[in-house]
Amino acid sequence: MELDSLYQQVILDHYRTPSNKGLSAFKDIQVHHNNPSCGDEVTLNLTMKDGVVKEITWDGVGCSISMASASVMSELLLGKNYQDSMKILDAFVELMQSKGKSSGDEQLLEDGVAFAGVSKFPARIKCALLGWMAFKDAATQVMA
Amino acid sequence: MSADLSRYKRDFPIFSRTVRGGNPLIYLDSGATSQKPEVVIEAEAEFYRSKNAAVHRGAHLLAEEASDAYEGARENVARFLGAQSSEIIFTKSATESLNLLAYSFSNPDSGIAVKSNDEIVVTEMEHHANLIPWQQLAKRTGAKLTWLSITPDGRLDLSNIDQIINSNTKIVAITHQSNVFGTIPPIKEIVKAAQAVGAYVVLDACQSVPHFEVDVKQLQVDFLAFSGHKLLGPTGIGVLWGKAALLDQLQPAIFGGSMVDSVTMQGATWASGPRKFEAGVPNMAQAVGLSAAVDYLTQIGMNNLAQHEHKLTEQLLSGLKLIKGVKIVGPTDMKDRGGVVSFTVDGVHPHDVGQVLDQYGIAVRTGHHCAWPLMKKLQLVGTTRASFHIYNNSSDVVSLLEAVEKVTDYFKVGK
Repeated sequence: MELDSLYQQVILDHYRTPSNKGLSAFKDIQVHHNNPSCGDEVTLNLTMKDGVVKEITWDGVGCSISMASASVMSELLLGKNYQDSMKILDAFVELMQSKGKSSGDEQLLEDGVAFAGVSKFPARIKCALLGWMAFKDAATQVMA
Repeated sequence: MSADLSRYKRDFPIFSRTVRGGNPLIYLDSGATSQKPEVVIEAEAEFYRSKNAAVHRGAHLLAEEASDAYEGARENVARFLGAQSSEIIFTKSATESLNLLAYSFSNPDSGIAVKSNDEIVVTEMEHHANLIPWQQLAKRTGAKLTWLSITPDGRLDLSNIDQIINSNTKIVAITHQSNVFGTIPPIKEIVKAAQAVGAYVVLDACQSVPHFEVDVKQLQVDFLAFSGHKLLGPTGIGVLWGKAALLDQLQPAIFGGSMVDSVTMQGATWASGPRKFEAGVPNMAQAVGLSAAVDYLTQIGMNNLAQHEHKLTEQLLSGLKLIKGVKIVGPTDMKDRGGVVSFTVDGVHPHDVGQVLDQYGIAVRTGHHCAWPLMKKLQLVGTTRASFHIYNNSSDVVSLLEAVEKVTDYFKVGK
């Protein structure tokens, strides 16, 4: 069924048991992003040291796609330096814009490739990008 | 015995297509916008084919015919509402109607202008379109915005109505039917309270005029707004109705061609009646399309339509109550409610509910329904909303209920 290409098991698992959810006490910066058309929200705390991501914690309300994607992002980008994190982020954005034509670079995106099916559902792409865009905003501010 | 309305679905060409998964379309999102019968599509197209000219201008035959068609649409809409045609202002949407009204109220030259010591009353269940224009009016004028609260079952809390609607109240802006709950507030009581203090009642009739008989004289409200596209009509056409005596006292908010009596380099005076609120070449073909929609609904009979939707709503409410993990948001009985039903599914976000339903060809609305403060009050991220019109039937409700069951299976609710 077409639906299963959207709701991969990996996504449903991250939705039910998200990683790094719950905001840390300490952070370099906190950002809040929302999606006004649907009301999804993510708050993200980021700590970086010497240009490397030391901690990402987040909290939010939203659909399975937005919450699972934030969870996958927080696992994937932890420990990466700024340049690598942006490389992964760009690859994820490109995958989301692929209209179902790309299956994603598994070496780079790991669990992130589970979201390949989202690119066939234009209304859901912004859900998948919510947490990632929050990270981009936070990391860019810390590095500035 | 209610009339059999099943034959009308054939009038809507959109139902001849299939949607995701090759499924036939089950359209349960009429609260957002309705589908259009062929007669409406044809009326709009026919205007462009045979009558197109700028109304109220030019001495040629087409201009005359176009003006007749446009003014004929105004008369038709007026009849439909029990109003006079001089009280019908065509706008591009209900949102524009409400903004236009709010701006006219803040024009200091208006005889009934809102002033800094006035109060404007709204309710917690308003759509953004009947909330933000009044917030902004309050901001512009220094007036105070207050509101009536809701009860946990999605009705208006009138326990403090005497404090909220008081001698300072100038405007009471209220929905005729909640676009989230389907609740029909006690308009009579609110009108009585408003009249007692000399306040004007503005009715957001977007969810009522398309679904049951609305007579402005019986309601005794002062202004009323609705959009054509929810009433089987085209997009790009809305209506603002106001009592003639009040429209006379209001200054326009949009200025330009066609709305003037005379113009000099220093200033201008306004045309009388609704024309002064309709600057620029109006949405003529859309007004004509709306008029065709009004004819179509009149032929069906608004009471027949209301009964039809009542039965479907009853069937949906009783079906939803039997599904584990599903909660109805808003009135769970049929008292003072219309054909809009919001619900949540435990552990499943409304977007995910909507996505699964879409897989079965079922179109619903998900999210906050442009009623963000209401969602916050209810501590909900959103709901899934099903809403009806003439083309829906009992098997649509059965399909929806079956698909909601599949949602709970798919996301393993309570398993």
